[in-house]
Amino acid sequence: SSHEHKLNFRKSKEECLSYIQDAMLQKQWKRAADFLIFYTESLEKDFSKEYMGPAEMIWRIGTEILCHHSHSSMKEFNSFIEQMKTLGVKRYLKVCLEHAFHLLCNGLIDEAYQNLSLAESWRFGEQTAIQDKEMKLIQAYRGLLDYYSWSKQKTVLLEHGQDGFEDFSVEQEMHSCFRKAAVNLKEIIKIPGVWDLFVKCYVDLLEFYGDHNEARQVLSEYAYNSKFPANPNAHVYLYQFMKRHGESKKSLISALKILHDIVPSHELMIDFNTMLQKSKKRKKRRLGLEVIFAGLDYAGWKENVKAWSCLARQVKQIVISEKHLDWIKQEWNSRKDWWPAFHFSHYLAKRNWQGNESLSYEKALVAGILLGKDCKYFKYVSHQGCKAQVKRFRILKKFVNKHNPAYLRISG
Amino acid sequence: DFNERCAQCSEVNWGLTDGGRFYCRSCHNVAERTREVVNTDFISNARIQTISKGLRKQEKTDGGCEWYVCEGFQLVLKKQAEALEALGVCPQMKDEILCNFWRRYLQKSEQAYCNRPAGETVKALSVCDSSTDVDSEPERPSLLHLLSLSESEGDLQTDCSFASSTSKISESTSMCSGSVDGSFYFMKNRKEKLRMTMPMTLSFCYMALLWLREPMTLSDLLRFVAEGHIPYLNVFQHFPEKMKLCGLDLKIFCVESWPVYEEVYNKMLELAVFLDLPRFPDITDSCFLHPDMLCMKYLMEANLPDELHNWTCRVVKKICIGEADFLTLVPGNKTRRNVKYDVLAAAVIVVVLKILFLLDDHYEWLLSDFAEERNKNNKEGAPYFEFKKWYKVIKCSLDVEQKKLDEERAKYLWRCEKPLFYSAKKKSKVLKRRQMVVNLQNQFGKLSGSVQPAEKPNPSSFQLSWFEENTDGSCFHGHSLKGILQEKCGLLTAMNPDYWLCTVKLCTEKLCGHLAHYREVGFPQSYHFVLRLFSFLLRIQPSYIHDEVCVIEHKLFNKKLCKKPKYSAVIRK
Repeated sequence: SSHEHKLNFRKSKEECLSYIQDAMLQKQWKRAADFLIFYTESLEKDFSKEYMGPAEMIWRIGTEILCHHSHSSMKEFNSFIEQMKTLGVKRYLKVCLEHAFHLLCNGLIDEAYQNLSLAESWRFGEQTAIQDKEMKLIQAYRGLLDYYSWSKQKTVLLEHGQDGFEDFSVEQEMHSCFRKAAVNLKEIIKIPGVWDLFVKCYVDLLEFYGDHNEARQVLSEYAYNSKFPANPNAHVYLYQFMKRHGESKKSLISALKILHDIVPSHELMIDFNTMLQKSKKRKKRRLGLEVIFAGLDYAGWKENVKAWSCLARQVKQIVISEKHLDWIKQEWNSRKDWWPAFHFSHYLAKRNWQGNESLSYEKALVAGILLGKDCKYFKYVSHQGCKAQVKRFRILKKFVNKHNPAYLRISG
Repeated sequence: DFNERCAQCSEVNWGLTDGGRFYCRSCHNVAERTREVVNTDFISNARIQTISKGLRKQEKTDGGCEWYVCEGFQLVLKKQAEALEALGVCPQMKDEILCNFWRRYLQKSEQAYCNRPAGETVKALSVCDSSTDVDSEPERPSLLHLLSLSESEGDLQTDCSFASSTSKISESTSMCSGSVDGSFYFMKNRKEKLRMTMPMTLSFCYMALLWLREPMTLSDLLRFVAEGHIPYLNVFQHFPEKMKLCGLDLKIFCVESWPVYEEVYNKMLELAVFLDLPRFPDITDSCFLHPDMLCMKYLMEANLPDELHNWTCRVVKKICIGEADFLTLVPGNKTRRNVKYDVLAAAVIVVVLKILFLLDDHYEWLLSDFAEERNKNNKEGAPYFEFKKWYKVIKCSLDVEQKKLDEERAKYLWRCEKPLFYSAKKKSKVLKRRQMVVNLQNQFGKLSGSVQPAEKPNPSSFQLSWFEENTDGSCFHGHSLKGILQEKCGLLTAMNPDYWLCTVKLCTEKLCGHLAHYREVGFPQSYHFVLRLFSFLLRIQPSYIHDEVCVIEHKLFNKKLCKKPKYSAVIRK
């Protein structure tokens, strides 16, 4: 006969575990610790068939409890982790890595460095090869810490340099840190992945030592290698680099174009639009309009004065030149159903006017062109502006009234 | 033997200390390694005929001695009997009854006190981990094979490696055990002889208690075991140092689950038959196990009015379950159902509650409101029993106690200081693990904030107690049933005219193992509650009580059930 209700070791530990989990979810760390005492026995039993065995559970749960419990100290934490390291050889490097993270989060940079160095020298038969990924990460983070040292020493040197002191040993050390950092950082960014921090630091090192080619190569790889996951930041870094080194507008534009495709709401789109508006090429200017409209589709840009001023400027310029009104029409087509409620409601008119006069000015201009002089937004803001006798609003009113036919052509 | 270079002086010049450790003769550095004792002596035949004064081979170098599995069990029983004596059981139990039962068992199972049938030899390795004999004895079953034969509870795979999380029992390890016949124990031909197991030790104890008619029910016994008052879980800790356990001994003596009532009870019945025991001493109405007595006890514990006792006695009398012939155990008598005294008494109370209160989620509350009204006006004498009040009080306590019990279940410590390992090879790993577990327990113990109680609470027969002296009115013993009774022809009867049967037809036990099927759905909440209460007190599943309730109902309303060709579930009494 089956006795499902029978209490055996396994069931008892399962129940114990669920008490621990409940306590943790409710942030009752003492209670969680209490039940954990009784759970630790599971280590003496074979659970090798389970997806996650008790050793890993205890490591993760114990870490959480020790992180949050008011009476726990760094010393206790370290001693706990050292025990965890001996528990499972297959997890050794992972535990070391997370330990290092924890130390870093607590500002113990030197200890983290020591831990990482120690972990780097670990060898364990075939496990070393199996845990290759973790090893690379460990080396990468150590490289990062080397970079950090380098950076500090660089600052010191520069200060001394100003004061007229020359410090040969610091310089030597700095170069040595550079070499150590560069080697490891270079390795990790070869592997497809998201390595923003490592890339930035590596590029910083290369730029300092004048290896611009290598730096550009690294950034290009990071941005364009299809094996790497799509990462908007990669394009941002590349763009920033190119800007720093005065590369051609064409290059800059091509870098930002990709960013626009991936993240139309990126803040750099404003710069992008500015660049494109100034271009002599029609296509570029057209793109500029598309870019700025796309940005303003996003709620995060609703109150972005700069963005609105870009749009306003471009729209104004088009209306005055009377060329390419169809551009506006095209952009407005897919937006005319929802932008009025999204950007140009009466409520927003009031709010913008009260909160930010410049914002309301720019928006009013756009509204006046896109929706005509009779739209609520324009009417309210221009009325308020004129009432307050702010000069530019009077000019605005005149402008919109004058160019009302343009609106009709857009809306038609 | 040991050919490594000394860590201190790099020489290879080892000697052996008394404790079996290697030391360097050049620099006297003691190495970490200890010499594994490999004794490949065979023991052919040499069956010991008396257990207590066995002829033993001289002690082996690791300090162990020869011992047989039944000696181990004998020790266990002794410890348990001592614990029972400490709880107040008469010394006769240990010195006479249990002893005799055990001897008889050994006799019947031909482990002692008999002539060994010719040709049966015991071949076993006395110490673990000899790998040299695999090739020479191809027909000897491997450890893995033997493990797969055993039918113990629980998942074999997880029960397998006692040593550590990465241990694997390799095929090359031939059967091994610390005991002489541990490996022999799992072989097929043993089945007929009622192989001894740990749960069976409790069956032995209960059988002895029953023979002496001691005031301890099986549920009491099992509760004391779970509370740690009677050794069970890691009882091998008390084996003498010389009795080394390893390998298959672990499968025999180390339990990883708590025994279940049914299991222990059924084994007891089997045992009684196996030992050819006669009719047990009569259970009369002055015995603790008699339903009249047990009902009194449970009524008190359940905080119900004493007046209900009259009713339980009436029911008992009506269906003749108070007769000695019904209650007394006659081993092997297949014509009668065997009696579970505790479950029976609980079921009687449930039936009485149904008779008086109907428990259909309406009537009992109605009666309660009625009683409440009466109580407002009546301040003198015993108050009217209000079901509602009782329900609230009991539910509160029950929830609290159940919660405690559930947490205790999650907090059992199954391992003890005496570590176990399948083979000497695993020893260091096992010890290391144990050390780590102890370290972690200490570390988190400091953070847990709770003060670990130094001793377990005193064993008590009553789990819930209620005192009349309490002025908060939470004790219902003295309350009166007057509001729900009426007089008819000089007899007190219930005002409630109806009764609903738990089941219209009883199942056949042989077919599905149960007489009825208790499912959570379909019964009134009050009924569930009452079952839950007794389920907690007896530490058994509610379905057992439900089964018994069905049987009693069918006996009680037998005539009515037979008369009507068609019957509905609710009958008039």
